[in-house]
Amino acid sequence: MTTASTTLSARIAEIAGLQNVISDPAHLAAYEIGGKIPSAAVRPESAAHIADIVRFAAAEKLATVPCGARTKLGMGMPPRQYDLALDMTRLDRIVAYDPGDMTLSVEPGIPLRRIENALVEHRQFLPLIVPFMDRATAGGTIASGVDSPLRQFYGTARDYVLGIEFVTGDGTLTKSGGRVVKNVSGYDLHKLMIGALGTLGVLAKINLRTFPLPAATRAFVAAFDAAAGAIALRHAIARSPLRPLVVEILSHGAAELTSTAPSYKPPWSLIASFAGNAEILERCARDLHRMAEQSGAAAVEPIREERLFVASRRTCEFVPAALASSPGAAILKLSVVPANMLEILDAAAKAADAAGLPWAALARGVGVIYLALLPPSRSEEALARVARATNNIFAQCAALDGNATIPWCPSEWKAALPVWGPERGDLGPMRALKKVFDPHGVLAPGRFMGGI
Amino acid sequence: MAPATIDPRLLRNLQKLLGRDAVLHKPEDLLLYEYDGSVEVARPNCVVFPRTAEDVVGIVRLAKRHNTPLVGRGAGTGLSGGAIARRGGIVTSFARMNSILEVDAENQRARVQPGVVNSDLSLAVEHLGLHFAPDPSSQKACTIGGNVSENSGGPHTLAYGVTTNHVLALEVVLPSGELVHFGSAALDPAGYDLTGLFVGSEGTFGLVTEITVKLTRLPEATKTLLAIYESVDDATETVVEITARGITPAACEMMDGWTIRAVEDYVHAGFPLDCAAVLLIEVDGLREAAEYEAAEVADVCRLHLAREVRVARDARERDLLWKGRKNAFGAVGRLSPTYYTQDGVIPRTKLPATLRRVSEIGKKYGFSIGNIFHAGDGNLHPIILFDARDKRQFANAVAASDEIIRFCIDLGGSITGEHGVGMEKDRLMPLLFSEVDLDLMRRVRDVFNPEGLLNPAKVLPTAKGCGEIHVRPAAAAAGPASA
Repeated sequence: MTTASTTLSARIAEIAGLQNVISDPAHLAAYEIGGKIPSAAVRPESAAHIADIVRFAAAEKLATVPCGARTKLGMGMPPRQYDLALDMTRLDRIVAYDPGDMTLSVEPGIPLRRIENALVEHRQFLPLIVPFMDRATAGGTIASGVDSPLRQFYGTARDYVLGIEFVTGDGTLTKSGGRVVKNVSGYDLHKLMIGALGTLGVLAKINLRTFPLPAATRAFVAAFDAAAGAIALRHAIARSPLRPLVVEILSHGAAELTSTAPSYKPPWSLIASFAGNAEILERCARDLHRMAEQSGAAAVEPIREERLFVASRRTCEFVPAALASSPGAAILKLSVVPANMLEILDAAAKAADAAGLPWAALARGVGVIYLALLPPSRSEEALARVARATNNIFAQCAALDGNATIPWCPSEWKAALPVWGPERGDLGPMRALKKVFDPHGVLAPGRFMGGI
Repeated sequence: MAPATIDPRLLRNLQKLLGRDAVLHKPEDLLLYEYDGSVEVARPNCVVFPRTAEDVVGIVRLAKRHNTPLVGRGAGTGLSGGAIARRGGIVTSFARMNSILEVDAENQRARVQPGVVNSDLSLAVEHLGLHFAPDPSSQKACTIGGNVSENSGGPHTLAYGVTTNHVLALEVVLPSGELVHFGSAALDPAGYDLTGLFVGSEGTFGLVTEITVKLTRLPEATKTLLAIYESVDDATETVVEITARGITPAACEMMDGWTIRAVEDYVHAGFPLDCAAVLLIEVDGLREAAEYEAAEVADVCRLHLAREVRVARDARERDLLWKGRKNAFGAVGRLSPTYYTQDGVIPRTKLPATLRRVSEIGKKYGFSIGNIFHAGDGNLHPIILFDARDKRQFANAVAASDEIIRFCIDLGGSITGEHGVGMEKDRLMPLLFSEVDLDLMRRVRDVFNPEGLLNPAKVLPTAKGCGEIHVRPAAAAAGPASA
């Protein structure tokens, strides 16, 4: 250990207590991002701790990256500089839960699983079924902006986060929004925190709306020989009066990775799930079967739902499974309006095939597609192939007015790949906001789009 | 009152830019633009009517060159003074930017100009089985640009969400004169959620010139129930239990007996005159789901001693019930020279206690306070009737309303659920937010609006740590207010 890091640890221990400081290199390695290891990690136990630590970091120009279960630190660019990890896992309490009002207030380090257990007693839940579900924390989920298969019906975090308390880059504890389900007092600054990867503030408390658990759900998987059929069924469902909780289209590879493949392993499948009483579910099943047949489905099978959302609990792990399946996995996130889904899926498949890359695709019915490029190695050659396919796909996505990013890929490839997609026209205001929230540039510097 | 004179060079430049028929500047022409749906009044120096985003850019540049305040305005139905030129200057009316530019049924999107009237969009896409879900009570007049600025709600936001949940992309002219695009028709644009930040910024960040919204599929079936109660407490407890049963109605509205009598006299919706409260509850979705939920809701109503539960038999009966609800403010307006509507929000489990408190506050100040509100999400609209010409009554109305709002805050609620802060509640913001919170909001506003020329003296309190009761100028007669 260097003298500098010893001094740093000692000073942080004065703020947060010795027991909350990690300075031993063996343990610090767990906080690695893109090959960078921080000089210290600290586990704040209160919002005041966070504010004091960030204020200290700002004064000392220490680049600070907040983290929870560290499952999504690979998202975005590696920070330009990385001195201090702010480990939020000791801030893991439910601060308030009002089942009657259906509102919940939590500290950021709480695992989603614990929230789920607390809410299920009251037959409620959060529609956040996200990658690394067994470990993911509330704060990491909000800060990374990952989505849930249930967004088809429930929307994304921006639709049900009611307010956030956060610490800005100068160490100020502040907030926006509130704890009630309807509120227009003041600017919605908390919306900026969602998906900001900790570059604007460190989350200290998150207020969320909770939802009643459906009495029962039923999920089906329809099998198709080509993506066109699955997309046609997606469109038919959208035109129908059905209100599915989930609509997802999976390539054979994605179905295999998430253990949702129908028994006879078709090239494409569509998963749909519905909620309601027996009569409603019967109607949904009937209508779905009819529409699937009209869309040319080879078969429709029920998915055994031994517990609620069982299919989503599998498909939400598509990204982790893809990352584990290939040493050079790159996950592209492509979003287009639904009418363009088939075109971009076809383009993506062609580009990956042309680059000689195995691939798997999971498309949410709302038009958000995760494409995993799965080279067999992490070599320079693999990077060249991934870069070729990505550039091709991104160009076609841009031509369809879509959005494209690379949320995950090997960190040493990031400099060579368009991680944040093409440059946007609104980068100017984003940079200006970064200056307001983090005037000293100490919060995860460089992790966000445009070097923010 | 701000002087209604305008710098002649600015006037000439505006006329040159937009044409003479697109600039109002005579005092008698400006009168209408002193008001919105709130009790606030201030006179602009002129009103301009752009037709294109380029016009708006030109207006913004002129305002900047002449160092003149600039305020955007839709239909002027807002209830917090958002569209009033508090510091005078140029009011930019979007009345002539009212085209629906594109309807994309397949993708359930529409691209509209800001002056499109809310219900006109829903009517235009009805034949496609779609609608624009946010439905403020003023939806037959209010514009989508105004909805974006205020993040407007409405009765059906309980299940469908408020404006921000339905806005995907914006074209905005910033006070610098720069035209920028936030968001995209495709979901999840990369970068910070500037669209989310912008919606509800009450016209203080920029002037919206184009909006891309989501369109929602119309439900297969809708069931509208009217539950009639002898006691307000029974009605409020019903609301709490409906939610506890895991049912999220499309709408759950409450009116107390006092309001019902005012409404019935005017609208003839068939509300009983001798009850203490009614709940207007709507469930929708698949036929089977609407049937099931309607039966469950009726069951809960009866369990909580509803005297009668009526189910609208057809669209005509349903429309009549909603007409009663949506015209309630107009009906109340007939009873009094002035009324003042609050917009507090409370956790919905606190409804019974809150309504008792509101009634006590009314008694204390000697006012009739009607209660009509979005019960399902705890968004209250107590209506205080008073005569603004009487200074003492005016001060008492403000005091009573402040007491109600403070009670909401003490329960963990908010000062405004859907009407906005505007120039009406800016002084109450310190009750919710610390000086540190407000300072950050101020600096975020300054990113977009650094010189403060756009909609000045709104949302954030102008004087530090203020909390004083300001005395408003003579209040407007009740207009077509909404909630």
